[in-house]
Parts: sequence; structure tokens; C-alpha cells
Amino acid sequence: MLGSTFYQCSMNFDQFHGAKKYIVSSELRDIVNVAIALQRPLLVKGEPGTGKTLLAHAIASALHKQLIVWNIKSTTKAVDGLYIYDTVQRLNDSRFGSKTRNVDNIEDYIRLGKIGQAFTSEEQVVLLIDEIDKADIEFPNDLLQELDIMEFYIPELDKTIKAKHRPIVIITSNNEKELPNAFLRRCVFHFINFPTPELMREIVQVHYPQLETQLIEICLTHFYSLRKINQLRKKPSTSELIDWIGVLLKAGLSLEVLTEKIPFIGALIKKDADLSYLQKYKSYLLNFVNKQ
Amino acid sequence: MFVDFFYLLREYRIFPSPTEFLDLIDVLSQGYITSIREFYFITRALLVKDESLYDDYDAAFLQYFKNISVPVDIRKEILDWLNLPLDELLARFKPDQKELDEISLIEWQEIQQKFTQRINQQTEAHNGGDFWIGTKGRSPFGWGGMHPGGIRVGGFSGGRSAIQVAQKRSFRNYRSDRILDVRQIQIALRKLRKLGKIGAQTELNLPESIRLTCQNAGEIELVWEKRKKNNLKLMLLMDVGGSMTPFTEMVEQLFSAASKANHFKNFCYFYFHNCLYEYVYKDAELWEGEKISLEYLFKKYDSDYRVVLVGDAAMAPYELTMRHGAIDYYQQNETPGIVWLKKFKKHFPHSVWLNPELEGPWIAQSRRMISAVFPMFPMTIQGLEDAIIELMKK
Repeated sequence: MLGSTFYQCSMNFDQFHGAKKYIVSSELRDIVNVAIALQRPLLVKGEPGTGKTLLAHAIASALHKQLIVWNIKSTTKAVDGLYIYDTVQRLNDSRFGSKTRNVDNIEDYIRLGKIGQAFTSEEQVVLLIDEIDKADIEFPNDLLQELDIMEFYIPELDKTIKAKHRPIVIITSNNEKELPNAFLRRCVFHFINFPTPELMREIVQVHYPQLETQLIEICLTHFYSLRKINQLRKKPSTSELIDWIGVLLKAGLSLEVLTEKIPFIGALIKKDADLSYLQKYKSYLLNFVNKQ
Repeated sequence: MFVDFFYLLREYRIFPSPTEFLDLIDVLSQGYITSIREFYFITRALLVKDESLYDDYDAAFLQYFKNISVPVDIRKEILDWLNLPLDELLARFKPDQKELDEISLIEWQEIQQKFTQRINQQTEAHNGGDFWIGTKGRSPFGWGGMHPGGIRVGGFSGGRSAIQVAQKRSFRNYRSDRILDVRQIQIALRKLRKLGKIGAQTELNLPESIRLTCQNAGEIELVWEKRKKNNLKLMLLMDVGGSMTPFTEMVEQLFSAASKANHFKNFCYFYFHNCLYEYVYKDAELWEGEKISLEYLFKKYDSDYRVVLVGDAAMAPYELTMRHGAIDYYQQNETPGIVWLKKFKKHFPHSVWLNPELEGPWIAQSRRMISAVFPMFPMTIQGLEDAIIELMKK
């Protein structure tokens, strides 16, 4: 095996519960290094469940750096990441007074956002801008300057915040919106392809080292045949496969049962429409797909 | 050698910018890329920023590297190249006027300056280092794995050469000229928007609140306003049956994307067969559903609607030009189809026609006639995007 295993340390994974280890393809590893060397943001795209977010966690723990996560929502504005000037609070304090804040001092009402925190950190950090495509179409353009020269200006304070150490920036996108060209030009880009069965086997093995090879094979066969059904609205992804195998292990199902049918299919297929579609046509579909 | 590759990429409609190319030179000259496989992936990460272009990149890569023998260690070649006299180097890598317009002059000067810098640094060879992967590095992502906790590499693929990777053309499915899928249609449809202030007053207007509060001698006065929302109304008209049968799935996808996109103010859809006549239908099974006269349609839906017609526009010319020309006996149209089409376009000036049948020498006479009335676009991602631009024109 090239390289060595590296472990996810003390990170909190709400959506990836059970995921403790991360396997990366050699090309992605190279590209991560290029992005770090060039000090450019790394933009990662790919199907849900291909480990985009996890990559940032993995990088942070491998490099022993702090990770700052900025989750983007549809209402997030670029300036939120830099700083927030709480005018409403100040307005309120000016009327009703405050014991802890001084109304005359604007600084008391300015809080740094995630980018601001990353810039002012005493050590280099990994900054994850998660799901950048959720925000408005113009959002990435508003961050060009900040990510390029790694500084921004706070007009209220007449102060420029400059990065003490350029953070390693990882940006993920689910492809919901097109990103502007000017933004793309400044990023290193990688599209994470869906893992091949070989890579998937390794991923499963890392999560369930005790699992018998035979069982893995059957699970993978089921998994990839389901993925071949194009009519599904939401195809099962890596995290669902891992969850599903976890459920199977807990239930203690035997090899024979697994060969015949796909138990607990709800762990793999999340949409009602897909489930009822499968129930109706399952045998026919699987036969058809497997013959291809 | 890489300047040729740069320009070859342009022939394949991939347009990396000089800045991106400079990044590549940066990486190359620092000696980080040691194999053609690394070259393949890293160049792609730096120059190609859209997975729908990966297939074109593969093709370009194949064309470029298939017929020349690829040295195992390409570093020497890079160094040779970088040792050329500066003038020659810059002359080889000269953007055309259009590009120069795009990048600012300062940017270009900066590039030249960096170039010079790079070449001056080039005298010292780069090997190993603490930062980089390389073969001798101590980075956590190490090839040789000297760092105690590096990322584990999926070991199976190490031996495959980049040419083989490119040959697989595994990104063919991501091509943007390929026929649409629902998600991509949705992305495209998001561009269909016309913002207007509607609804209840729910957003705080901060500057106005502050102004009024000051006027009020500090007594807080909050000002609320309406939220901006998409004001766009969309109508979808789909040709069903007959020659459209092979495209049913595609049309269904467009329909489901449009009906799922909940950002329109209004969305309605109707069906027709081959051409518009007196009636359109509420149901894809045409005659079994309710029929609606175009006159009623014109009354009920104002000309502000953006209309997308989907059809292959392939029919016998008389279906367009003749009275009673409709292919379906029940239709019995008194007015020729082409007249209806023109009336329709007159009422709905913002309408386009999407054609799932790709253009070719077999192009039907009827298609030419219809595309003279409606701007016609192929039903690909690119086509849909172009159609949307057309729809958003004032």
C-alpha cells in the first residue's frame, strides 16, 4: 500500500456518523498538494456522499491544523463571512443602554465572520467553505478579492484585516448553481468521481475491518446494481452504503438472506417515490440492469 | 512543449486563462510533477474548471500525447523549456488581443514579471522538500509515506498511466452538449427569473430604520419592506405522440424539472400534436383530456408569460400550410397551422422552441418554416441555456 493510513481524530460528524477514516485517490491527494503549494483555494465538486466535506476534515487532521467551517445557506451573504456589524444591537443599546458594550465604540458591535477568524488566527488554519452553490449566484464573485489577496477592509473601523497566515481554503459545491468564471480561474478544481467498486471495497473495509469478503462483495453488487437504475431520483451514495452495512451487521443477517433480497432497503433508498417504484418493478429492474 | 498543449486545449473549446497557465508553470518549474500521470491530473485541476469539459480534455490529451513518446521523467523537458531565452518564451506564450482585453494590463504585467522571476529561480533544481508530495517529500500526503499520519492512497490505480485514464473517456457523461438530465435542467431553469418586490412586508430596512429612529430622537422606529421574489411566469407546451415518441423521456425530464422548480410565480403546461391548431390539451393522452382553445389561452394568459415549446417540428409541409392539414382527423382545423403559430408568437413574444432532434442534413422543410417563426434551439444544456437567454430578452 502506498502511503499510510491516517485517522480522523476528534471531529464531530453529525452527517457522517461512523465515518472515522478517509481514503483518498492518488490524484486528489496530488491536487490537494498543488493547491496548498500554490496557495489557491481548492474547489471540490461531486455527487453527494463522495466525501467532499470530509476531505477538509481529513486535511486538517492530517496537517494538525484547526478547521474552521463556514456553512453556506441560501441567505448567506459574502460579507457575513468577513464581519458582522450588529447595527440592530447598537440601535437598541443606544436607546436602552448596555452594561458590557460601549455604544460609542463601534468595535463592540463588530464580530468577525468565519473568513475573518481564519485570517486573524495565530496559526495557519484550514477553512472549509461548504456548499458554496447554495448561496446567491453572485456570492462567489463577492469573495474574489478576499480569497485572492487574503485581506479585507472594514469601513466602519477604517481598518484592514490581513491574513496572518494564508489559510488553506477548501470549497465544496454540489453543482446546484454555476460558479462564475472569474472565481473558477482562481481555484484549483477537482471533480470527485463516484468511487469505483475497487475503491469502494477499500472504503468499506476501512469502516468494517471485520466484515467477511463474501459479504462485502454481495453488498457491493446490490449497491452498484441499484445505482445503475437511472429511474431513481436519488441514487444511493457512499455514506448510505456504509450506514446500510451497519444496519445489516446490527440485524445479523445471514449470507443466504442477502443473496436473495435486499433487506432494509430504506437505508439505501431515501425517497418515497423511489421506494414504491422499486417495490413495483424490483425484480424486473435488477434482472435487466445486471444483464447489461 | 506545453504552449502547444495550451493552444490545443483552446481548439477543444477549453479556454484556460494565462493566469491559470502561469499556475501550471509554477507547479511544473518547482519540480512537483514527476510523471505523466501526475501531469494529467494536475494540469486538469489547474486548467479545466468544469467537469463537463473533462471529456474534451481527455480527447485533447490523447491527441497530444498519443503519438509522441512520453518520457517517464518529464522534468528535464520542463526545465529545458524554461531555459529558453525569456523573449522567446514570452513570444510563444502570447495571448491574442481578445484575451488581453479580458485580463487587465496590470495582470498581464504581473504575469510577465512572475515569469521572469520564475526563470531566475530555475537555476536551482527542486527535489523533495518538506511541503510537497514528490517522491522524496516529508509531506503528510507523501508518496513514500514518511509522515506518520499521511492520507492512505487507494493503491490499485497507481500503475495505470495517464494515457489509459484519458483513453477511458470516463467523463463522457458529463459533456455539456449531451442530452439533458433533470438536475441540469433545473440548474438551467434557475436562470429564468425576474425579481420584483411582492408579498408581505417581512424584511427590515435598516438604513431607513436608522434614519427614522434618529428623526425620532432615538425612539426606535422599525421599517419593514417586501421581499424580492421571482415574478416570472412560465408556460410549457409539449408535442407528444408520433415522431416525438423516441423523445418522450427527455420531454418528461424537462417537464418534471420545470414543475419541481418552485421559484416561478406561475407555471402551466399543455400538450399538442405536431403543430398548434385551434386547441391544445391538458393531458398527454390528448383526446382523453380537456381541450382548451388557443383563443381562451390568449385571454387567460397574458403576453408576459415566457413560453417554451418542445417538439421535433418534423411533419409534412401541408400540416402547416393547409386548411384541414392537421394529421389528426379530429382536429379539423379551419386555419392552417402556420397561421396559428404566428398568432401564438404574436401574443407571446417571449417564446422559444426547443427541438430534441439534433440538427443534421435531414432537416425537415417544416422545421425551417417553424424556426422562422420561433427562435429554435437544440434540447441540450447549451441549447436550453441559449433559449433562456433569448427568453429573458426584453
